[in-house]
Amino acid sequence: MQVSREEILHIANLAYLNLEENEIDSYILHLQDILGFANRVNNAPVENIDITIGSNEATNVFRKDEIKVFEDYESLLQNAVTREQNMFKIPKVL
Amino acid sequence: MSREDYEIVIGLEVHAELSTNTKIFCSCPTKFGAEPNTQTCPICMAMPGTLPVLNEKVVEYAVKAGLATNCEISRDSKNDRKNYFYPDLPKAYQISQFDKPLCENGYIEIDTENGKKKIGLTRIHIEEDAGKLNHDEFGGGSLVDLNRAGVPLIEIVSEPDIRSSEETEKYLRKLKSILEYIEVSDCKMQEGSLRADVNVSVRKKGDTKLGTRTEMKNMNSFRSITRAIEYEVDRQIDVIKDGGKIEQETLRWDEVSGKTFPMRDKEDAQDYRYFPDPDLVAIKLSEEYIQNIKESLPELPESRKQRYLEDYRLSEKDANLITSSKYLSDLFEEAIQVCNNPKAVNNWIISDISRILNETEMEPVEIPFDAKQLGKLVILIDKGTISSSIGKKVLTELFENPRNPEEIIKEKGWIQISDEGAIKEVVLKILEENPQSIADYKGGKDKALGFLVGQAMKETKGKANPQMLNKMFLEELNK
Ligand SMILES: [Zn+2]
Repeated sequence: MQVSREEILHIANLAYLNLEENEIDSYILHLQDILGFANRVNNAPVENIDITIGSNEATNVFRKDEIKVFEDYESLLQNAVTREQNMFKIPKVL
Repeated sequence: MSREDYEIVIGLEVHAELSTNTKIFCSCPTKFGAEPNTQTCPICMAMPGTLPVLNEKVVEYAVKAGLATNCEISRDSKNDRKNYFYPDLPKAYQISQFDKPLCENGYIEIDTENGKKKIGLTRIHIEEDAGKLNHDEFGGGSLVDLNRAGVPLIEIVSEPDIRSSEETEKYLRKLKSILEYIEVSDCKMQEGSLRADVNVSVRKKGDTKLGTRTEMKNMNSFRSITRAIEYEVDRQIDVIKDGGKIEQETLRWDEVSGKTFPMRDKEDAQDYRYFPDPDLVAIKLSEEYIQNIKESLPELPESRKQRYLEDYRLSEKDANLITSSKYLSDLFEEAIQVCNNPKAVNNWIISDISRILNETEMEPVEIPFDAKQLGKLVILIDKGTISSSIGKKVLTELFENPRNPEEIIKEKGWIQISDEGAIKEVVLKILEENPQSIADYKGGKDKALGFLVGQAMKETKGKANPQMLNKMFLEELNK
């Protein structure tokens, strides 16, 4: 599985990551490794196996319909790069 | 070929917000209109490491909706992730249901000119709503409010069984009334609690293969849906007549220009990469659970309608109108409890109340007065305390400033004049002013009496007792 330099830069750009020139090659290797592993999983024989729902045998884990207000919503907005009127400000979307 | 040579094929995906107290996977409240982002928590804000837990009411409400629409309820069900990128979707996936929805294979019946028609329901599944994007007036950016993110929805998918914009409206109204009756959604269309994606295609009559469809998303008024369908059908037929091909695409309906426009880049064919959500476990419903919900279902509109036809002898048309809204239907039944005059209550609802609702574009649920006040109004007319023309004024007053009708008529001085002396005074005055009418009446024109009574009502601003006027005019004229 080959990952190109352009793909790494494109992904970094989408994820708002600033990569230094000397980091690019190591990211190419890391991502190739990850994709290689995904490929191994993809090739596993699963034809006659039922789909897994959840990671264990448990069923019907429900919550009561009762309000619990999360008071510290301020902290939730801390990650906002720009904030306006209590909202996350992002580049204009139509 | 003309428009009549084409058949219209419509299918609907309706999203209804469930009226639970909390969101589908966290305990945040769902109240409409709160300050931005004050009804959020680490779960619905998609903070890493948080886990969703399914609200039991969401399952119950979806099963209720399924049972009320003749669906089969799945004993085994699950939640899946639907992956896509959009700024109103903080996890970059929506938790929905893919191949194992809670309800399947139902139908809803609508009344058409050719009798009853079944519109098939493919499925009903549960999912979470996305957040809301607001537009920044000054800075030129967009503002994300996640209060709505995680509010529970059911999506009701119909078969492509609908054949016209009229049938679409009937189907939607029926579905809306059922959801209101079983109290799983408030169905407030202006607030977006009920919205529809409308799929439209056309084909030559007789063709069995479906034409290519276009989809109009997030429509939330009956009027725009009807207009949009009419426009889109004409557009598609024009394209085909000119030898063109319909592109499968998502369209945006523009209310102002009355046209549809392509919304997304067509080349960007969506692949949602659905897979079971590993954070949630399977849903298994027992026979007993389903049976209990079945038994808890309230009377549905169709059954109420039958009852009104038989017990109160309402016409089919009136019974349809009243049962179309749970609120109107409850108002009708409760007002009868107060005044014991079904015919009068029916008349008020189908004529004056409906007219005011139409004129003010109000939903029945927004009617400001209650059944007791309506019942009192009927009693006041039945007892002769006020005339029915004053009754209409009282009703207008009930819409503007609802209070006990007895108080209204006292305050406004609208109590009917039933005092013999006062009535006689008016009768004599009117007779004196209208000698020609007296002559007409004596000459055999009975209509003249009606004219005189009308004049007397005018003189008393509608307050005179009409039966007494009638009687007294006759006495004077026959002297
Ligand atoms: Zn939350």
